[in-house]
Amino acid sequence: MSDHTPAPSTHFVSSAPFDPYLVEADNDKSGSHASQLRLTWWRFRRHKLALVSAILLLAAYLAITVIEFLAPYNVHTRNVDNIYAPPQQVHLFHEGAFVGPFVYGRTMTLDMKTLRRNYADDTGDVQKLRFFCRGDSYRFWGMAEGNVHLVCPAEDGEFFLLGTDRLGRDVLSRILYGARISLTIGLLGVMTSFVLGIVIGGLAGYWGGWFDMVVQRVTEVLQSIPSIPLWLAMAAIMPADWSPLVVYLGITFILGLLDWTGLARAVRSKLLALREEDYVLAAQMMGAKSPRIIGRHLVPGFMSHLIASATLTIPGMILGETTLSFLGLGIRPPITSWGVLLTEARTINVVALYPWLLFPVIPVIVIILAFNFMGDGLRDAADPYN
Amino acid sequence: MLRYILWRIAVMIPTLIMISMLVFTIIELPPGDFFESYVEELRAIGEKADTQEIEDLKARYGFDKPAPLRYFDWVANFVQGDFGYSFEYRMPVADVVGDRVWLTVLVSTVTIIVTWLIAFPIGIYSATHKYSWGDYGLTLVGLIGIAVPNFILALVMMYFANIWFGTSIGHLMDPSFINEPMSWAKLKSILEHLWIPVIIIGTAGTAGMVRRVRANLLDEMHKQYVTTARAKGLHPFRTLIKYPFRMSLNFFISDIGSILPSIISGAEITAVVLSLETTGPMLIRALQNQDMYLAGSFLMFLAILTVIGVLVSDIALAILDPRIRLQGGRTK
Repeated sequence: MSDHTPAPSTHFVSSAPFDPYLVEADNDKSGSHASQLRLTWWRFRRHKLALVSAILLLAAYLAITVIEFLAPYNVHTRNVDNIYAPPQQVHLFHEGAFVGPFVYGRTMTLDMKTLRRNYADDTGDVQKLRFFCRGDSYRFWGMAEGNVHLVCPAEDGEFFLLGTDRLGRDVLSRILYGARISLTIGLLGVMTSFVLGIVIGGLAGYWGGWFDMVVQRVTEVLQSIPSIPLWLAMAAIMPADWSPLVVYLGITFILGLLDWTGLARAVRSKLLALREEDYVLAAQMMGAKSPRIIGRHLVPGFMSHLIASATLTIPGMILGETTLSFLGLGIRPPITSWGVLLTEARTINVVALYPWLLFPVIPVIVIILAFNFMGDGLRDAADPYN
Repeated sequence: MLRYILWRIAVMIPTLIMISMLVFTIIELPPGDFFESYVEELRAIGEKADTQEIEDLKARYGFDKPAPLRYFDWVANFVQGDFGYSFEYRMPVADVVGDRVWLTVLVSTVTIIVTWLIAFPIGIYSATHKYSWGDYGLTLVGLIGIAVPNFILALVMMYFANIWFGTSIGHLMDPSFINEPMSWAKLKSILEHLWIPVIIIGTAGTAGMVRRVRANLLDEMHKQYVTTARAKGLHPFRTLIKYPFRMSLNFFISDIGSILPSIISGAEITAVVLSLETTGPMLIRALQNQDMYLAGSFLMFLAILTVIGVLVSDIALAILDPRIRLQGGRTK
């Protein structure tokens, strides 16, 4: 028998030391070990409509930080020569030649019989729009002075894309400024109701006993009384001499204060189901205290579900604000919200003569639809059994 | 079962006491009272108020007494069926509400029936055709119904009903029939005006209902008993109606609690815009004018209806669904 070394093996064997943890980490990418948050995100991404809505809402909330720049006019600027002016059309071509975006100047005549103002385009007067230009001055967030706008009318011209109201204020600018109030009112209100709902519902569900009994009765009482009288009463006790800003905070608080019952019920029933789970018993055996069990083991179990349902209540709050304003109890001018704008459009005359004052209803619809789609998507994505 | 019903009724009592306190607080909270605003109003139009009459009224209704005493008076009278006196209408509350209740019941009942008739077929369609274009389209239409503030929808519809069909603006009947006794012509006029509030109030409710029918059906449709029924060769439609649909009706029964009071109070804001002769605008006006017995007794009445509604739906659920009966719990 001849002595020979075995032939080198034909397949490759890595000489690097074997690390079992690294292999585990590789497996994670397959999704079996992904965190709940990551799984939720993957499922949410598949929901195209919800994703588009989320991007739209994100854009809207980013936009309200720089409203002063986006709006062509200051929210309070009165154009006395342009009272109840209808929307102006943006043209690109003048007599067949390209001039870029422009509007025609207008002449106003007063119909002495009906006392209506009639506006007619003067096709000889081409007013080119300016971009990144200096226009109405404003105080950015009420602090820094500024006058740069994204778009402004030509010098000595006018540009009312959505028309003007009874004081000649630009409707587009007012809608944009109103967004700042209307969009934040829902968020602040939901935060109030969220904190109340989780704390009260959580304690009721976890402790049970007399506290649960009392909470159940209180939610039942609050849900038995129609919401409008409750709003009316709470809005009526706000002193009339409060500054509009404090009134605004008060209203967000009221909206949240009356909304927590549904959330508290959901939290309570979820907790009741979850606290019977074995892992909670295990935690108790190991000596964990109630706050830790609630915060570390129970709340994460249904947090995503709660966020989804909170998203779905924001539209209700935005609509609630418009209703309160309609009853004259909501936000008061000079603070401008979509509810305030729609309240100015509440007579049948407006619908008949100045329908452009109804434009604020469009952002209301779009935002509410977006919140609904996003909330639906979130809810589907957060459901671990889906 | 009897024990469960008795327990639920016993629990109602503290709830009702708390509600009555809350209602009394609501009508007491706003500063001032009806007489102050009444005197102010008279002064604004340049007339002098009859101070003697006002003092008499104040004394008669105990406005000189402290609030807790008035609360007990009010509750004691309420329990005996005396709902108090409306200062604005100068009539007993029962008479003020009485006229309007029937029209409100008419509007609300028609609205609710229309909502059901539309919502159930659409909900079933959406659930069986999940994620189809039809599902998305119907959901979108429904959501727009939720998204438009009701008072704007009311304004716009009122305007177009006038332009296209010549329906008179606002009210539940032609103005010439108001305060007239019931007649065929009046009934015809009411029916002509009825569809506007029905559509406006119905849009939001229908959308919510469709979503809930759809969600409940989808939950049930993937259960194994459905697969078994299909495997045994049952027709798909029959399977659907016989099993999952019936199961999904639980939510429908638990809705009774909220439907009962809404039949009586109606949609307030829409009714204000359309100036309907229903109880909604009356309640809002009473609250704003601090016509306290009218507002308080009516609110209390609504709250009692809600509590009774919840009780009825709980008992109905317990009878219909053995799972709930065994747990003795609530579903809503």
